[in-house]
Amino acid sequence: LANVIADFIMPCEAGWLFSVIYCLYLLLDVSISLPDCFSSWWSEVQMGPPDPILGVSEAYKRDTNPKKINLGVGAYRDDQGKPYVLSCVRKAEAQIAAKKLDKEYLAIGGLGDFTKACAKLALGDDNEVIKSGRNITVQTISGTGSLRIGANFLSRFHTEARDVYLPKPSWGNHTPIFRDAGMQLKAYTYYDPKTCGFDFQGALNDISKIPEKSVIMLHACAHNPTGVDPRPEQWKEIADLVKKRNLLVFFDMAYQGFASGDIDRDAWAVRYFIEQGHNIVLSQSFAKNMGLYGERVGGFTVVCKDAEEAKRVESQLKILIRPIYSNPPMNGARIAATILNTPDLYKEWLGEVHGMANRIITMRELLVANLKKEGSTRNWKHVIDQIGMFCFTGLKPEQVERLTKEFSVYMTKDGRISMAGVTSGNVGYLAQGIHAVTK
Amino acid sequence: NHKTLETSWLAFLASDVHPPHDWSSISWWSEVQMGPPDPILGVSEAYKRDTNPKKINLGVGAYRDDQGKPYVLSCVRKAEAQIAAKKLDKEYLAIGGLGDFTKACAKLALGDDNEVIKSGRNITVQTISGTGSLRIGANFLSRFHTEARDVYLPKPSWGNHTPIFRDAGMQLKAYTYYDPKTCGFDFQGALNDISKIPEKSVIMLHACAHNPTGVDPRPEQWKEIADLVKKRNLLVFFDMAYQGFASGDIDRDAWAVRYFIEQGHNIVLSQSFAKNMGLYGERVGGFTVVCKDAEEAKRVESQLKILIRPIYSNPPMNGARIAATILNTPDLYKEWLGEVHGMANRIITMRELLVANLKKEGSTRNWKHVIDQIGMFCFTGLKPEQVERLTKEFSVYMTKDGRISMAGVTSGNVGYLAQGIHAVTK
Repeated sequence: LANVIADFIMPCEAGWLFSVIYCLYLLLDVSISLPDCFSSWWSEVQMGPPDPILGVSEAYKRDTNPKKINLGVGAYRDDQGKPYVLSCVRKAEAQIAAKKLDKEYLAIGGLGDFTKACAKLALGDDNEVIKSGRNITVQTISGTGSLRIGANFLSRFHTEARDVYLPKPSWGNHTPIFRDAGMQLKAYTYYDPKTCGFDFQGALNDISKIPEKSVIMLHACAHNPTGVDPRPEQWKEIADLVKKRNLLVFFDMAYQGFASGDIDRDAWAVRYFIEQGHNIVLSQSFAKNMGLYGERVGGFTVVCKDAEEAKRVESQLKILIRPIYSNPPMNGARIAATILNTPDLYKEWLGEVHGMANRIITMRELLVANLKKEGSTRNWKHVIDQIGMFCFTGLKPEQVERLTKEFSVYMTKDGRISMAGVTSGNVGYLAQGIHAVTK
Repeated sequence: NHKTLETSWLAFLASDVHPPHDWSSISWWSEVQMGPPDPILGVSEAYKRDTNPKKINLGVGAYRDDQGKPYVLSCVRKAEAQIAAKKLDKEYLAIGGLGDFTKACAKLALGDDNEVIKSGRNITVQTISGTGSLRIGANFLSRFHTEARDVYLPKPSWGNHTPIFRDAGMQLKAYTYYDPKTCGFDFQGALNDISKIPEKSVIMLHACAHNPTGVDPRPEQWKEIADLVKKRNLLVFFDMAYQGFASGDIDRDAWAVRYFIEQGHNIVLSQSFAKNMGLYGERVGGFTVVCKDAEEAKRVESQLKILIRPIYSNPPMNGARIAATILNTPDLYKEWLGEVHGMANRIITMRELLVANLKKEGSTRNWKHVIDQIGMFCFTGLKPEQVERLTKEFSVYMTKDGRISMAGVTSGNVGYLAQGIHAVTK
């Protein structure tokens, strides 16, 4: 090229100009292939907002105030404010380790010893559904994974209706779970801010207008975030109305045992609906009641018309699950199965769940007592009436903000506090703060 | 008359109260069809039912030792003991997983000193093994790579790739890859097809030990592919499920991934620790997006978290703790490299033994590809009818496409296997 330029182009008029332009062209062509100039695939990707619930914990970690309290995430804490690994879990782990089991893939639907026990826990050992084999229960990635499998299944197979009705309010993550699965979100009245309790008439009114075959989400016990549960006679009326409206019931049971301290009592609504002939779908989590949080243990159940239908549904659940994660994680399921299937451990577990629920109840009573001691004249009865991990304090966003900024008490903006984060050591300070922002 | 009317009216009212059992006849799922069993996992199920004592399972790609038993790595047992002794809690991991794991995971793939990691321009999240990683990737592409909907898979590819991308909302296409005439790589065919892929489409590349064929491009071929892909301006999605397992050497198996990045491709990458650490059921994997810079990586990270949270909230801890312990503890890391090398070597030895035995049986077919192919699988070249005979007459279980898992071959069964293969191919 240099020779061509020298011999033929340079001698021409403006040949120098041509050479300069051509050299620039060559340089540009080379530089375009340099890594620096690679265009970005993700320039249009916006920074997303942080998760509202998990974001609270992150803000808490950054705070240097020694009196800070984290009432954000619903993870149980003991009275020293420490994470609590259940004794029955440690024992189960030791048993499992001693067996030197392999790490071969579980089936797509998970560990059989786990799924069977999981269904029995929810429905009762002698439930007719289990005896007739008309349920299919698959192991899932805790409660979220269960809800998402359910949402995906409904989206694919419940084609008569696209709408899922959530209680108002519901767990924040319910919305993106169903939305990303392709369902539409609607709501029915649930919480009454005037009483900090259940708006029973409001719920019935709204439910009576839900179009037939829509999906209705019900929290089996320990409603998240309000802690407000229907009473048994109210559940009966809801079951009746839902039957009349011919709605598909989706139960979310993330707190079995954790609400009242009693496994069977907390599953009462689920079992009642099934008895009444509702062929429900059900999500279960073992994150809280077995403290297995990060092990991700859960179950998804479809109660079918009969065993034949259960087989068809099972085949389709597997086809759905395989391209999401192939098969579920083994460790937590082995722990849960060991506990549920070993009488001594099962008994110990029931005691520990009861203990956790009791500590929560005690903290509720202590908080109200301390608020009164502070001189608060507000009605705090709901703190004791509400049940489970959470308490909907009734605090407004501005009050929550003050509580965080001035007292380093961390909670979600909706006024929800995790009672599990309250200890005999911090309940006095918490009462101070709450009284200060509400007097 | 009045009484009769009243009785009838009461009877009418009573009949409106259906006994509970009537309602179980109302079905939400009557239109749900029985689906076909998974082709790969279905093979194992058929194998289990077979009573022939000589049966061999060459279906699923799970490593077996020379006794045909599952193999839990020694470094894994040690890591487990270390972890158990610490009495750690079970608190939720972050949405993106265990930091000690994700950092080490990225370093393993890209190399400790990779400029990408130093400049913080990758985001690596912990996933539910390889499948979970691919699905997160597919969902991410579906949501954010709006310029193109098409994903180009090699022909053939792992069966599960198709539903993963389809269920995530992408469209599947293919490029020539395997040459059935040579049981090798159709390099020209691949280049021809790739040269026609529309700009900005996603191209899936198997980093090493192609599944199901075991056929990998040579380095000089990878260079041409990288160049062509650059010219076509394609988004590269690397699936690396067998790092260490292919050649026995971690860095050698990651060569293509690192070369592409060096050449300026901002790739997305799925990694699995199911095979190379034997962590199958613990579900350990990683998904990486190589971004333009650290700022972009932060934006991408925030969106990955928003995507993951409504799928499973946060990933399972146990396997990630094991993998992190191994990757971050020099002694265990060294032991692991040795064990991976050992597994890969046993596979290579079985390949050689199988060919030797086939020759001993008197087979005159060219079985060179069995030794040339690499990794867990071997694409024998057997036709479906031959596979069927092999299963029915010899109780040798494999997938219909003629793929065998070399990991299922042992010095104890390789002779019988050669007999069967020779019988159906002579």
